[in-house]
Amino acid sequence: MSNSSDQAEILPVVSFLKIPDVGEPYLEGLRCTECGAVFTKPQKHCASCFSRDSLQPFKLGNSGKLHTYSIVHRSFPGIKVPFISAYVDLDGGGTISGNLIKVEPTPEAIEFNMPVNVVFDDALGRKDRQGNSYLSYFFEPA
Amino acid sequence: MSDVYVLGIDMIKFGRYPNKTVPQLGAEAVNMALDDAGVTMSDIEGLYCGNFYQASGMVGQRILQEVGQSGIPVVNVANACATGATAFREAWMAVKAGVCDIVLAVGVEQMGKGMLGSTGGKKGISKEGLLGSASMPATFAAIGQEHASKHGTTYEQFAKVSVKNHKNSTMNPKAMYQKEASLDEVMSSEMIAYPNTKLMCSVNVDGAAAAVLVSESKAKELGMTRAVRVAASALASDPYQSRNPTLADINACTRLAAKTAYDMAGISADDLDLVELHDCFATAELVHYENLGLCQEGEAGRLIDEGETELGGRIPVNVSGGLLSKGHPIGATGIANIYEVCTHLRGEAGERQVENARYGLAHVIGLGTSCGIHILEKPL
Repeated sequence: MSNSSDQAEILPVVSFLKIPDVGEPYLEGLRCTECGAVFTKPQKHCASCFSRDSLQPFKLGNSGKLHTYSIVHRSFPGIKVPFISAYVDLDGGGTISGNLIKVEPTPEAIEFNMPVNVVFDDALGRKDRQGNSYLSYFFEPA
Repeated sequence: MSDVYVLGIDMIKFGRYPNKTVPQLGAEAVNMALDDAGVTMSDIEGLYCGNFYQASGMVGQRILQEVGQSGIPVVNVANACATGATAFREAWMAVKAGVCDIVLAVGVEQMGKGMLGSTGGKKGISKEGLLGSASMPATFAAIGQEHASKHGTTYEQFAKVSVKNHKNSTMNPKAMYQKEASLDEVMSSEMIAYPNTKLMCSVNVDGAAAAVLVSESKAKELGMTRAVRVAASALASDPYQSRNPTLADINACTRLAAKTAYDMAGISADDLDLVELHDCFATAELVHYENLGLCQEGEAGRLIDEGETELGGRIPVNVSGGLLSKGHPIGATGIANIYEVCTHLRGEAGERQVENARYGLAHVIGLGTSCGIHILEKPL
């Protein structure tokens, strides 16, 4: 029983992370029915082939390959470093960025094109002003 | 359509001027450019002003309050790090179209210290360090690492860019810093975002640069001796790429603008004598060697290893010291890069002069994304 406004929620960290009432969370992309281009931010029309109203939602893959990365040693105040800022090409289309975890933050430990899985977990304990928790996604070596 | 010439161009020494205002800095550069051209504000038919951080602040009009309110049309532009080049290009278009015979372009910026960007919006939670990093050093580091993945480019090769540009800046009295940095110093300075160390990140400084652009008939009337021809002006936004905007694309955008510019100038990269390109981070300089066609695909690392882009090399790049050491006042950078090229074409670059320079290219790119490229030519 919810006791009104005090009840904090678990919210998705980005709009393309979906938390269904039943079943596992997943990432949702948009694919153009005309040219196949994939988008991960909300939009209506295709930036690739200019088709209108041609984008259909689909479940993004939960695995992919590390396209590129940076090891971040200095960030904005309050952000814990070091961490690996990774760009992953998902199997089935789409590129997303996120933290690569469970890998030493050294160039020696990171291989380009290494296979990774997308995993879902709490957003490092971060809460918004209303006290809501967030569900985020991370990359782990496959 | 008339050819367009740069009749006067100058920049203030880049540095930190906390006691001056943005319009004051812009006015200094305007007056220097007017003097360089041998004209006054009463000759000027339009002003194109580039400034990023006060984009809603009518900076061009406030500059005129400092130098002369003649009632001319003023256009204020903001286009991220391509802001200055965009203002220059708008001025070029006014003359090219035959609407004006003599106009001013000015770029000016006052920067805070420290890293650009923030931890995100006001809604929800910060995504920084949670969904990777949106900081500029990390973004450009990832762009460099993409090149490393494709071509085996090394951390040391990226670092050599900074060594070269810091060395060049010792010959440029208008650079923020005039201090050499050894490879060891560059690689052992604080790691910001691998592979960019602190000395591989551009310097946030205040600055201003301005140019007087004229039609061919006006140039002949006022004297062609030091005039420089604008052989090409190109501006591109980021064409669709599957990873963009998740991974910002500076490559396709630069390539698109470069092709337009070379076609317009009727030359190829082989004809260039010097290049001032957007080395906001050391990693960026190497990817732009290939984007601008200065070498074949995958050869950027070899170019820096073999000294081809050093002063005296096959194609000197960023002899001014670049954004890495000259500094990067966002709205001013585009015109400052054009100033450097013009100074060489005029044979007035002193110790750092590229000998017998006839063609030079000035490039800037701002994330979001906008790329401005100008090719300048010394009239025969």
